[in-house]
Amino acid sequence: MPPESEAPAHLRVAILQTKPAKGEYQRNLLETAEAFSQVAAEVPELVVLPEGALTGYFLEGAVYDLALPASRFAHDLAQAWRGAGGDAVDLVAGFFENDGGTYYNSAIYLHVTRDEDRIVHLHRKMFLPTYGVFDEERFLSRGHKLGVFDTRFGRMALLVCEDAYHSIVSTVAAVKGARILIVPSASPGRGVENEGEGELESITRWRETLQMAAREHGVYVIYAGLTGFEGGKGMTGSSSVIDPRGRVLVQAPPTEACIVRADLDLREIDLARANLPLLGDLTAVLPYLLQDEELPLPRGRHDAADR
Amino acid sequence: MLPIVEPAAPSPAPPGIDAALTTEWLVAFLRDELIERRGIPRALIGLSGGVDSAVTAYLCVRALGAQNVRAIRMPYKTSHPSSLADAQLVIDALGIPSTTIDISPAVDGYLQFEPDADARRRGNVMARVRMVVLFDQSAKLVALPIGTGNKTERLLGYFTWHADDTPPVNPIGDLFKSQVWALARYLGVPHRLIEKAPTADLEADQTDEADLGISYARADAVLARLLLGYSDEQLAEHGFSADEIALVRRRVDATHWKRHLPTTAMLSNTAINEFYLRPVDY
Repeated sequence: MPPESEAPAHLRVAILQTKPAKGEYQRNLLETAEAFSQVAAEVPELVVLPEGALTGYFLEGAVYDLALPASRFAHDLAQAWRGAGGDAVDLVAGFFENDGGTYYNSAIYLHVTRDEDRIVHLHRKMFLPTYGVFDEERFLSRGHKLGVFDTRFGRMALLVCEDAYHSIVSTVAAVKGARILIVPSASPGRGVENEGEGELESITRWRETLQMAAREHGVYVIYAGLTGFEGGKGMTGSSSVIDPRGRVLVQAPPTEACIVRADLDLREIDLARANLPLLGDLTAVLPYLLQDEELPLPRGRHDAADR
Repeated sequence: MLPIVEPAAPSPAPPGIDAALTTEWLVAFLRDELIERRGIPRALIGLSGGVDSAVTAYLCVRALGAQNVRAIRMPYKTSHPSSLADAQLVIDALGIPSTTIDISPAVDGYLQFEPDADARRRGNVMARVRMVVLFDQSAKLVALPIGTGNKTERLLGYFTWHADDTPPVNPIGDLFKSQVWALARYLGVPHRLIEKAPTADLEADQTDEADLGISYARADAVLARLLLGYSDEQLAEHGFSADEIALVRRRVDATHWKRHLPTTAMLSNTAINEFYLRPVDY
């Protein structure tokens, strides 16, 4: 008989693919509370919302009107959940954070019960796209730490949008023990030139990137995509759950607000890793890769990584 | 002998399009933009008898329903009669309500004082009068004017500034002309409109491609690569002549101003769209 694991075997996830009205935080909060009533009926254990879930993504200077302290956003989200009659749950959502006058594109992981809410983890987006249609670093500061954190479902990491586009970020999270990667995202769709594809190129590229991360490291990936058009730029939704073998369990449509449901069999993580032990191999070899003097890495503990 | 495997040589093809996917995307865009964001579920389209406005009308009907799409034909006395007839083909095929307003008295009311105006000036006056009519009809009908300018003409500057480019919502402005034709075939636009030579119909027997000095297929193929940053040398390797490359590059470089709002002198730390930055949908 194999030993019994302490972690539960299953995790019931709901992704709320939101379509916020640009900049209308209170209205979007009310609509989220309404959607929570429907979500709560499914009795999920983890509910995930996208990047900029209650404001929209392309805010330019309006980000300073709309950014909130993490504690305030946490309170609002928890209240919306309680108001919807939901039981104890973990909530994840992306928002624009005002930390005493420094602004971040952040994601928060909350544990909410009937009586209290607790911020389990706050992640500040590290990779701020600032090219082409994107202009994040003009308005926001970079996060400097990729934290992993323990939950009752095992260790997790939050990666906001482009964070997950760099394979090294999911790699670091996995090496630090994350078993589930949660990716709140807002991706403006593009790429219609390939006849017969039936899907925007940008959606395909995202899915392939997430599948690669899941398969290589044996992790679940939960991707929550914002939807709706913002000044002609259509956010591609496509919220999805990918299992540790890289299989897409579910993928939402691109242009509709919706609820995605999935029951994650957490035992799959160990099985996938036993079957394809790339993470173990990497952990063994990584020190040699990182000690390469030709790599442009900071040496010593005083550098950027600890800020 | 072993077989040799290698990539295909670069071809000077214009960009392709997944027409079904694009239609789905643009229909979602129009619904979102008109119904949800602006709360105006009706569209107004100036139908010229050409393929761009026809495709726009077909997309709007898919998005909003035929009863919510109003066509308006705005002929001038020198417009080719077939333009009016071709626009009617679209109106009949879609079953949409329509209005026809002859812009000749309005155009001539001004041009009588400018008898020496050349064809270019006269064409610009016509285009601008059409915009006056379109926006006034928009206010009368509570229907949003929809833009019909494609990416090729926007990039080549082949349009009248503050006329063709004024409608607040444009579904096809990021599609090259070649892609618009492909979309037209998919949507079932009457063949006549797809097959005929494109024309602004501002002068007798005018065609776009004669005006531009290059076919749309070639211009689109050059433009698609030029926008990706290809050098003249790379473009030549893709099969384009020095003349084609120079013509397209010159037109794009000479018309950046046409793709912007007016240049405003900046005097403060709060200059609009320079320091004070708010998105269009905020």
